[in-house]
Amino acid sequence: MRDNGILRIIARFLIPLIMLFALYIQFHGDYSPGGGFQAGVMFAAGWILFVLVYGMPAGLSVIPERAMFVLSACGVLLYALIGLLGVALGGNFLDYAPLLDDPHAAQQAGIILVEFGVGVTVACVVMLIFTMFARRRSQFVGEWKPGDHD
Amino acid sequence: MVVAVAVVTVRDLFSAAMLFAIYSLLSAALFAVLDAGDVALTEAAVGAGISTILVLAVLTLARRYEHPVKALHWPALSVVTVTGICLLWAVSDLPEFGAATNPVHQHVAPYYIEQAYADMGVPNMVAAVLAGYRSIDTFGEVVVIFAAGLAVFSLLSAGPGRQASSPEEDE
Repeated sequence: MRDNGILRIIARFLIPLIMLFALYIQFHGDYSPGGGFQAGVMFAAGWILFVLVYGMPAGLSVIPERAMFVLSACGVLLYALIGLLGVALGGNFLDYAPLLDDPHAAQQAGIILVEFGVGVTVACVVMLIFTMFARRRSQFVGEWKPGDHD
Repeated sequence: MVVAVAVVTVRDLFSAAMLFAIYSLLSAALFAVLDAGDVALTEAAVGAGISTILVLAVLTLARRYEHPVKALHWPALSVVTVTGICLLWAVSDLPEFGAATNPVHQHVAPYYIEQAYADMGVPNMVAAVLAGYRSIDTFGEVVVIFAAGLAVFSLLSAGPGRQASSPEEDE
């Protein structure tokens, strides 16, 4: 698969677009359909396409596995921290109103930050699961007939 | 519907995965027709995209064909039939599809529809409900996803098992 020229060129063209679209869905999610879950999945899909075309070592050199672990935890913690920040500033848990003076701006900032946490967690978890399945496969390669369907 | 039946009947797991992706894509199109953009986007990205890739990744580890089932499993068939009949019976009790007086449209939905923009200043009502009004639920979902990642890690990092001989050490 790595020697397929058409695939490489098309992937090189498509992957940035997929990731850009994911970022658009992430940060434009409060104006149009979308949000953290979809954006995270799409970003991970772009990375998986990169891995399928260029191989797992290249993919892991872009985002190491340890970074995926740390970032997936960071996304959850970002969400929780935004919630606790509201508590610290005198509101309820996940109450965005105390974050900024303007209530609308506070709600928007809270929603965008929280969705960013969601997106980071989802993207990293999906990439992590794919990485672990692929590694598992590489441990089995001697046993199964190679080239079944990949 | 045809695709769903085909998913169940086909024995080749690779074809089943592909048919399931088609099924998800068709549901996404259905959601898009119903003007549910967020759900359509999620179904297309998660159902047709990522879950298919993950199923294929699992299939590289498993055999390609299902075990053929020899005979009908009568207790299972009876349980499924009874459950199906109960569900169909319950369907007759559901309120009329899409009627404005249904309970689901009378509870909190009108408040969200009328007040979401005034409260949040966010034009996409789905985002306002998801991350604003219902943000604690969403927090739970994120924790569930993180836990799923950890669960897969703990299952798959256990080593290849006794029948496989792995020359390299696990980290």
